[in-house]
Amino acid sequence: MTEKLLARASGNDTVKPGEIVFIEPDVILSHDNTAAIAKTFELLPQARVMHPDRLAITLDHAAPPPTAMHAQNHARVREFVRAQGIANFFDVGRGICHQVLCEEGIVGPGMTLLGADSHSTHYGWLGAFSAGIGRSEVAALWATGQLWLRVPETMRITLSGKLNAGVATKDLTIRLIGKLSSDGATYMAAEFDGDGIAPLTPDSRAVLTNMMAEMGAKNACMAPDAVTWRWLEMTLRRTRHDDHDARLAYFRQRALFADPGANYAARHQIALGEIEPMISRPHSVDNAQALSELPSTAVDVGFIGSCTNGRLEDIAAAADIARGRRLNKRLIVIPASSMVLRDAAEAGYIADLVDAGATIGTPGCGPCMGVHAGVLAPGEVCISSANRNFRGRMGEPSAEIYLANPAVVAASCIAGRLIHPAELTG
Amino acid sequence: MTKTQHRVWKYGDNVNTDVIFPGKYTYTIDRDPVELARHALEDLDPSFAGAVQSGDVIVAGRNWGNGSSREQAVKCLIAVGVHAVIASSFARIYYRNAINGGLLVITCPELAEVVVGGATIEIDMDEARIHYAGAAYSFPPLPDQVREIVSAGGIIAYLQQKY
Repeated sequence: MTEKLLARASGNDTVKPGEIVFIEPDVILSHDNTAAIAKTFELLPQARVMHPDRLAITLDHAAPPPTAMHAQNHARVREFVRAQGIANFFDVGRGICHQVLCEEGIVGPGMTLLGADSHSTHYGWLGAFSAGIGRSEVAALWATGQLWLRVPETMRITLSGKLNAGVATKDLTIRLIGKLSSDGATYMAAEFDGDGIAPLTPDSRAVLTNMMAEMGAKNACMAPDAVTWRWLEMTLRRTRHDDHDARLAYFRQRALFADPGANYAARHQIALGEIEPMISRPHSVDNAQALSELPSTAVDVGFIGSCTNGRLEDIAAAADIARGRRLNKRLIVIPASSMVLRDAAEAGYIADLVDAGATIGTPGCGPCMGVHAGVLAPGEVCISSANRNFRGRMGEPSAEIYLANPAVVAASCIAGRLIHPAELTG
Repeated sequence: MTKTQHRVWKYGDNVNTDVIFPGKYTYTIDRDPVELARHALEDLDPSFAGAVQSGDVIVAGRNWGNGSSREQAVKCLIAVGVHAVIASSFARIYYRNAINGGLLVITCPELAEVVVGGATIEIDMDEARIHYAGAAYSFPPLPDQVREIVSAGGIIAYLQQKY
C-alpha cells in the first residue's frame, strides 16, 4: 500500500523498497516551527512558496504562548501566513496539527503528507502516506514542491480478534513497541490489517499509527474501511459546509489498497484478546510492562492529552472514571482540538472532570514536550496518556514519566498510585 | 588528506533527541551557535558541552537520535564542533536531518561495539574505513543521490547552488 502511494506521488508506475524517489506531497505540514523554517526559507533564491495551497500550518506546540518570545514566534508565523497567502492556517486554540488536519479533511485516504513533526505518521489511520521530516527539508519543499525519500520496506502487522473490556489501543501500541523495541521498524512502513481492525473506533486507530513513530517507522497505515468513511462523512459535514460531498468523492477516488500478493519484509500477528493494560516505564517507550506486574508506584500528577490520546473517546474514558469521585492528585486534561473540547463539554465530560478536581487546558500539545501548561518539578512522577517518556521530555530531567491509556491515568490520579480502573470499582 | 584523526565520546543505545537537545528550548533557540552549543547533550552527559573539542566524534549504539524531528539535535553537535556521529544505527529523521544539515553520519556497528570513550580513531573517507587499535572497520558509503546533497553542505546549500 505504501509502495503504491509513493509510486503515485513520485509519478512512477511502481517503486521498489530501497529506491530513492522524489515525491510531491499533497500536504506540507509545519506548526510553531514555521517561524524557524521561514528563516531558512529566506536563504533560498525562491521568494514565494511554490504551492501555497499545499501548506498546512497550526499553532499548537506552545499555545497560548507562555512567554513573550513564544508570542513573537507566533506573530512571525502569522506574518508568513499572510505574506505567502496560506489558506490552511489554524491559530492558537484550534488544536494539535494532526487532529486538526484530519478533522478539516485536509488529509484523507490516498493522500500524501510530509510534516516537520515526528508524529506525522498519524494520518495512516485514514489510509494516507505520511512521514515526519526536518525543518530544513520543509523549507526545501516550500521552494520546490519535491523531496527525496527512500522507499521503505513494509512490515505487516496483522491484528485478530477483539480487545477485552478495560484494554485500549494504547495498551496494544505499548505492547507492540515493547516487543519490537523503539527501533523495531526503523526506515520501514508499518501496515496494519486483519479482522481486528474493524471493531476499532476511529479515535483509537489514530493511536496506533501515531505512535509507530516510537518504533522508528517512516510511516504507518491501514486501509480505509466503513468506519473510516463514516467518520469522514460525519466530521467533514461539520468542518466543510460547502464542499463535504465533493471532498468525500475525491477521497474515494484517491483511496489505495494493498495488493493481495504484496511483498512484506517482516510479518507479525497479534491476538488482541491477549493484550492486557500496559505501562511504558521511564525513560523509554519500549520499557513496557503489564500494569498488573508493576510494583506499587506513587504518582504526583496526571496528564491526559496529546495527538496520541487527547480525543473525545479518551476524555470520555477519563470522565467515566472521575464521575462522582474526587481526584487525590492533580490531573491536567487537554483536548486535542476545539472540536473535541466542544463535544466533551456538550457530553458533560468536562463538567465531570472539573467536578472531580481536574484542570482543563487550551486545545493543543500542552506539556507533552516540556514547554508549558503543566511541566514537571524535579523528582515528580507523572502518569501520562501522551507518547514519549524520555528523560527531560516534560521539562525536567529528574522527573519520571509513565505512559498509559487515559482510563489508567484518571484512575491513578484518584488512587495516588498507578492502578487499573477496575481496582476502583472492584 | 581525507584521513582524519578524532577523539571519541562513547554513548549507548537509544540516545533520543530530548536528551541531545531538550524540547523546552526548541522554540527559543534555533540557530545561535553559542546557545545551541551550551545545551548539547544536556540531559545525557552534562560534562559534554564544557569538555568537547572541535573535531571530536561521538560513537554510539543503536537508534541514535530517536524521537523528535528537531534539527537542533543535529545543529547543537555541529555548533560544538563534532566532526561525525558514528552509530550502530540511526533513527530515520535524525539521519535525514544530519544529511540535510551537513553533519557527517556513519553507520558502523562493528566499531561501536569495541571502541571506548577517550580513544582516538582515524576516519578514511576515500576508503570508507575507520582505523582503531590496529584494526580497520568498513562502513557503507551514502547513496549517490544523497551524497550530492551532503557534498553541497546540506539541502539548503544544495538548492542555493542548483537554482
